Amino acid sequence: MIWWGVIGASIACYGLKLAGLSVPDRVLEHPLTVRIAALIPVGLLGALVAVQVFATGQALAVDARVVGVGVAVVLLVARAPFLVVVGAAALAAALVRLL
Amino acid sequence: MSPEVTEPTDRSIVVDSLGVGLATGAYGISFGAIGTASGLTVAQTCVLSLLMFSGASQFAFAGVVASGGNPLTGGVTAFLLGSRNMFYGLGMAPRLRVHGWRRLLAAHLVIDESTAMGVARESDRHARIGFYVTGTSIFVLWNLMTFVGALAGNALGDPRTYGLDAAVGAAFLALLWPRLTAWPQRVVAAIGALVAIGAVPLTPAGAPIIIGGAVAVVVGLWLTRRESEAEITDSLEHPAEPHHHGHGHHPDDPPDPSGAGDKETES
Repeated sequence: MIWWGVIGASIACYGLKLAGLSVPDRVLEHPLTVRIAALIPVGLLGALVAVQVFATGQALAVDARVVGVGVAVVLLVARAPFLVVVGAAALAAALVRLL
Repeated sequence: MSPEVTEPTDRSIVVDSLGVGLATGAYGISFGAIGTASGLTVAQTCVLSLLMFSGASQFAFAGVVASGGNPLTGGVTAFLLGSRNMFYGLGMAPRLRVHGWRRLLAAHLVIDESTAMGVARESDRHARIGFYVTGTSIFVLWNLMTFVGALAGNALGDPRTYGLDAAVGAAFLALLWPRLTAWPQRVVAAIGALVAIGAVPLTPAGAPIIIGGAVAVVVGLWLTRRESEAEITDSLEHPAEPHHHGHGHHPDDPPDPSGAGDKETES
């Protein structure tokens, strides 16, 4: 029974991914689609950052992640390279949790 | 387009993508551990990572099974959470432009991180490198770590000990950062973040991302429409100037969906 759920849901999830890639080019060239496609990454990245930093399941939490991302903000303002930003954020959060 | 940011090279994108791949793939160990703790077998847990390959959907499925829900409910929840991958696919399709069996393979790699590392690139070539390297490295490591986690439970420790959850948030932020060059983008990103946070306590995991993103896009369309009107007014006042696409005033608003130069990026 659980196997049916595992296989069925996996196929359904794959179908969603494939559907997104398979929208006709004609639709993608529509001016409205172009504007939406340009806005999607900004809106989704904003939401992804917020959820990744503040959500623990369905609860909101302010914890070591905030310190890590705060360090990331400082480094981004200072124009540090990507991996330095990411690595320093991990290190900062790990140190806070160690204390 | 962004003189303050060093132009990324193929190599730097590969390195950055592998970095995100390592940080994210390591989380597979927590899914493996939670999967078996939820009552799934090691094989079921590993098949979810292989075939479903979408973190939030997998965690949701395991969570529903663990709470005594039936596999159908678990499957529907996973499907609803996976719906955001369709929108990621919509964003990646004009950059990837894949067909046939390549599309069947590429579709499997459409997840949060591969899209984030791909969609924000200036050129299609860099978009593809970011997408495929991130997606493939996560797929390999995610499945490997799922297997390890399923066998070892939490014995090997929590990835949060190493701050990897903060690292993923920082990576998303670093990708967003160069795109916040003008007020409409800042407003759209802020609305996405605030709406997502507001939705976290009210909706199942994964949904706040869709809701926040969707609201932000709607507001962004409204903002763009207002600016389009201003531009049209401007073009009427200065009829000699060439008329661009109605939306071509944003630094990262693409003149066409496949066009280079629409996106800015990090590193």
